[in-house]
Amino acid sequence: MSERTDLLLSIADDELVLGWRNSEWTGIAPFLEEDVAFSSIAQNEIGHARALYELAAAELGTTADELAFDRSPAEYRCAPLVQLRKLEWARTIARHWLYETADEIRLAALRASDDPEIAGIAAKMDREEAYHRMHAEMWVERLLSSDEGRARLNEAVDELWPYALGVLDDGLRPELRSRVERRLGRALPDVEPVSRDVHEAELAELLEEMTMVRRSAPAGARW
Amino acid sequence: MIFEVFRQERKGQPFQHAGSVAAPDERFAEIYAREQYGRRQESIALWLVPRSAVHEIAEFPDEFEMKYRRVDGYSIKARLREARERAGTLEMAPGGES
Repeated sequence: MSERTDLLLSIADDELVLGWRNSEWTGIAPFLEEDVAFSSIAQNEIGHARALYELAAAELGTTADELAFDRSPAEYRCAPLVQLRKLEWARTIARHWLYETADEIRLAALRASDDPEIAGIAAKMDREEAYHRMHAEMWVERLLSSDEGRARLNEAVDELWPYALGVLDDGLRPELRSRVERRLGRALPDVEPVSRDVHEAELAELLEEMTMVRRSAPAGARW
Repeated sequence: MIFEVFRQERKGQPFQHAGSVAAPDERFAEIYAREQYGRRQESIALWLVPRSAVHEIAEFPDEFEMKYRRVDGYSIKARLREARERAGTLEMAPGGES
């Protein structure tokens, strides 16, 4: 596998798995409007995953569906941050915000890529991610405006921080640290990032559930 | 806060009431309305109006059944044309000769 497909798959897997995780709130988010908005954002992430899988599939001579559903858990390249099952709203929002902040940094780097397809898809994704960031940022602002919210956000960020660092390559991590520290108005600990090579047990469970329908149908079934 | 949402489906069409969103402030309302009424490309523009800004009129007394005010079944087009001919303003009417 080339460095290019490895890069495409790591971002695609991030978007697919986070989209799936966020969609676990559909029907049970804190209130109706948030439920619709958060589910819609989750669908957007999955749309980004599809576009990225299609680029990788063209190079690998396969299809986006096969890449999304037919690999073994060990072959997925998604960051552990998105693998964690966090059905607790403060942690979900903290993860969403940390991911979107890291993703913005990553997309800015990709938009400057010499590869026109990668630069192009990064620019397209960024135009939609702008609304995801707006959503995440509003929540953070709101949580920081009360003592309880601030405490819950800080606690969640502390727990997720090593995972958030693991979303980005070494070179981009300092930028993430400075943005998050600036926003929270405090220093974050020096920790070892949780790298993409780590597979949380929760990932296998997620993939089992996500591929259930596909596995139940005969190969080559069309939907 | 509750915001009433009006959406425009295509350029030039009137905004129509789509529903409402509950949100803590205008910025949350923008996100929620965008996702609820625009994610399927079903709108090209939305208006968000705080419900408190809506001035409602809901009382229309009709104590004397003044049915003659209604225009149901009254064909106005031909009469209007005749009147315009009499007045010599036919060509100045909206839509010209029609």
